[in-house]
Amino acid sequence: MFAEFLQYILAGLTSGAIYALAGLGFAIIYNASHVINFAQGEFIMIGGMATSTLVAAGVPLPLAAVLAVLVTMAVGMALEKFAVEPARGAEVVTIIIITIGASIFLRGAAQIIWDKEFHSLPAFSGETPILVLGATLMPQSVWVVAVAMVIIAALWWFFNRTLFGKAMLAVSFNREAAQLMGIGVKKVLLVSFALSALLGAAGGIVMTPITFTNYEAGIMLGLKGFSAAVLGGLGNGMGAIVGGLTVGIAEALAAGYLSSAYKDAIAFVIILFVLFFMPSGLFGKKGTDRV
Amino acid sequence: MNTALRTPRVAGLGALALVLALAPLSFPNAYFYDVAVNALFNAIVCVGLNLLIGYGGQISLGHAGFFALGAYGSAILTTRFGLPPLAAMLASAAAVGLLAFAVGRPILRLKGHYLAMATLGIGIIIHIVLKTESWLTGGPDGMGVDPFRVAGLEVAGDRMWYWVAAALLLLAVWVALNLIDSPLGRALRAVHGSETGAEVVGVDTGRYKMLVFVVSAVFASLVGSLFAHKNGFITPDIGSFFRSIELVTMVVLGGMASTFGAVLGAFILTLLPQLLAAFEDYEAMVLGAIMMGTMIFMPKGLLPSLALLLARRKGGEARP
Amino acid sequence: MRAFVKWGVAALAAMTAGLGAGAAPAAEPVKIGAFLSVTGPASFLGEPEKKTLEMYVGRLNKEGGVEGRKIELVIYDDAGAPDKAATFAKRLIQNDGVDLIIGGTTTGTSMAAIKVIEPAAVPFISLAGGIDIVEPVKKWVFKTPHTDRMAAEKVFADMKKRGITKVAMISEDAGFGKSGHDQSLKVAPLYGIEIVADEVYSPKDPDVTAQLTKIKNTPGVQAVFNFGFGQGPAIVTKNFKQIGMSVPFYQSHGVASKKYIELSGDASEGVRLPAAGLVVAEQLPATDPQKPVVTAFKKDYETAFKSEVSTFAGHAYDGLQMALAAIKRAGSTDKAKVRDEIEKTSGYVGTGGLVSMSPTDHMGLSHAAFHMVEIRKGDWLLSD
Repeated sequence: MFAEFLQYILAGLTSGAIYALAGLGFAIIYNASHVINFAQGEFIMIGGMATSTLVAAGVPLPLAAVLAVLVTMAVGMALEKFAVEPARGAEVVTIIIITIGASIFLRGAAQIIWDKEFHSLPAFSGETPILVLGATLMPQSVWVVAVAMVIIAALWWFFNRTLFGKAMLAVSFNREAAQLMGIGVKKVLLVSFALSALLGAAGGIVMTPITFTNYEAGIMLGLKGFSAAVLGGLGNGMGAIVGGLTVGIAEALAAGYLSSAYKDAIAFVIILFVLFFMPSGLFGKKGTDRV
Repeated sequence: MNTALRTPRVAGLGALALVLALAPLSFPNAYFYDVAVNALFNAIVCVGLNLLIGYGGQISLGHAGFFALGAYGSAILTTRFGLPPLAAMLASAAAVGLLAFAVGRPILRLKGHYLAMATLGIGIIIHIVLKTESWLTGGPDGMGVDPFRVAGLEVAGDRMWYWVAAALLLLAVWVALNLIDSPLGRALRAVHGSETGAEVVGVDTGRYKMLVFVVSAVFASLVGSLFAHKNGFITPDIGSFFRSIELVTMVVLGGMASTFGAVLGAFILTLLPQLLAAFEDYEAMVLGAIMMGTMIFMPKGLLPSLALLLARRKGGEARP
Repeated sequence: MRAFVKWGVAALAAMTAGLGAGAAPAAEPVKIGAFLSVTGPASFLGEPEKKTLEMYVGRLNKEGGVEGRKIELVIYDDAGAPDKAATFAKRLIQNDGVDLIIGGTTTGTSMAAIKVIEPAAVPFISLAGGIDIVEPVKKWVFKTPHTDRMAAEKVFADMKKRGITKVAMISEDAGFGKSGHDQSLKVAPLYGIEIVADEVYSPKDPDVTAQLTKIKNTPGVQAVFNFGFGQGPAIVTKNFKQIGMSVPFYQSHGVASKKYIELSGDASEGVRLPAAGLVVAEQLPATDPQKPVVTAFKKDYETAFKSEVSTFAGHAYDGLQMALAAIKRAGSTDKAKVRDEIEKTSGYVGTGGLVSMSPTDHMGLSHAAFHMVEIRKGDWLLSD
């Protein structure tokens, strides 16, 4: 009975960590620019696709991963430079459509550069399940959770201990004031896109051995990541992690105890319910409306 | 004030009517009518959605769900319960309106992306129900729908549907323009500008947001019903979140807070995939590039930007 | 507002010009239209179908075409959306004036297009599995792949042979899996099989151990049957091994491609599934009439595209061959005559099996079309 429950939790943890990684990217860009980047899922896809093609071509995994991350960061920065930056000052929904356009564009490019097949990577530390009190967990799931934790720690350090990180936070609080203080808003935006691309690519690489990837993989990840980020409270990194895990575990428990057909719907009902009582998500700041 | 507002409205309606009346002259065959009918259907939904997005300043990423409910409501009531199509359509629209009212109460208190998330969630839940309850809906592979018959007369063939849809679009535009020009509409514009500001001057923003939310959902449901009868076959994918995003894109691309802009956006994004089919594998890239380019260079959307351009060329005497 | 009017005129002019171009060259070609899900969730079915059609039409044209006429192939990508499929079907008929239509990668797209094609009286060969496409029989509609019901029957027959009576189902909640699931539930009692657990997953779920754990804890489960395609079944297979389940594991014909074995790795060892002869071309006995056909097709496809042939590519091949044979027999592209000839298709040996159609059977495949295969050491092993 308990083993069963634990297995559901571990299943939820695997999916949840993946959603959380996707959600983190939304949080970073939102923090710096109040933009929701709907191409975040595509960063994850590019990271996974690039790594698996390089590995298939004989490049050792660590090198392939680094190269893939660099490629994704270049894509992220190009997106900011050529699509988001020129539209600065436009309405939020205009920028949303730009990032949706970008996601369609990137998917289209991926299907031409690569193909429409599914690609995978070998698991980093084998495929022998780890036994936990009668339940099982794949070593790769531990990798996903560990990478999510390392990223959270690194982000905390970056935003609280480095000058540039603090500057980025300042921009998120008050753009005009930050500009007056001599903080380059443009640069902050560029870095935030590079950072979330890095994050997305890293996530894409660790999750590919579990979920596989193809040119369309970013759609689902973008959707779940957005849900995780909103549930957690937009712009809050920790919130995105908690949000992702909540969605993942809710889905697994729903599949286990209620109905697997309605598990996704149940997860959304929970999100709606949370939002009814906490309109800014679990950890979101209560926004003051500017008149 | 009144005449200044009314003149462009009448002119706009007249021009739209003229375009709709003349367009078929350039249609060489029934396929063109079919595409045009789809464009008109989308345009009607977008006119409703634009009330919410453009004038109410609220994002909905779940409107395809209301569209699908209308379609399935009609399909199920006519094929499984033998209701006449018109009655089924109205019953579905009433049910969707009630549903929008019920969910609108809690979710319209949410702002910005949180509202987007909530509407997205509702759309997805609707989609999942339609997919899962196959005893009623036929499941993911869809169900057949009978043709639209009213008073013994069958709406059949793409030509007939074209004229029906064109007339309905004009009606929808007329309704929307009147709503915008009513005291309510002015309140709505205040809401979009600043909700707090509007409340300070005594506008009951909650009621107005609710009204446009319900109206836009009912528009979507009515068109959904017609779509079901016209196509004769529907699947739950008509309610997928891609469709919701597509609808929002139409409104924003055409020009938010511009009823004719929403119509234009719907026309363009319905025709575009047909034109881009020639690009084969490059279709998605071209579509994405067009979306990005339009929004970068015309952040207010096509029609408002074009109007601005036209006004400038005239020497700035005319206002957009 | 003037800009708007101008745009309308310009856009319509552009459309007319763009779409109307390329009409009727001197030597009237045979026009074959296709709408396929080249992108979208079913793209790995639609993509090989498109490649196959293009390759063979290109080759036939080099050899002089059919009946001395070139073949013109018009393909549209419906991205898996049924309403787009219906519009493209209309475009093929009304605008491109095709003589025959192949396509409909999925059951949903095929069914939506049938609403357009049937009243227009154009011969149509669907490449999708759903039984609704040909049952009840529609005058102008045919299909090449086996139905999901046949796959389920093949699996249940195999289970019965091995003394299995209590089965857990886990299926994908999208079209292919859902339809397969419904057909499975319908035919299970005919084989004395009781479905004791019935779980569902979404095609893009990262983990399905929750569903499998529930199945594992259901008393009396003697075998598990998964209906789905794409990456889902590979994840189910990996999770199946992860939680240490050891009952026999069956998959549907939806995974009959090497990609499935590659993605699921060791976990696929011992999995049994029904598959068309194409998958085990080399292993077919020399007496099997299908052997030369499937071996040749496999070689053609794999040399041309450097990737493994799939049964979906085979469906397109069969559709094209039957269509061309019918056109040859009819001696023209007269739609009614071609339709009659397709219906008279008899003893055609294709990649899917032996096809003999009749006025009451617009698919014409028997159960013999499926072989039971088992995965051994990362390869298929013919096991019936």
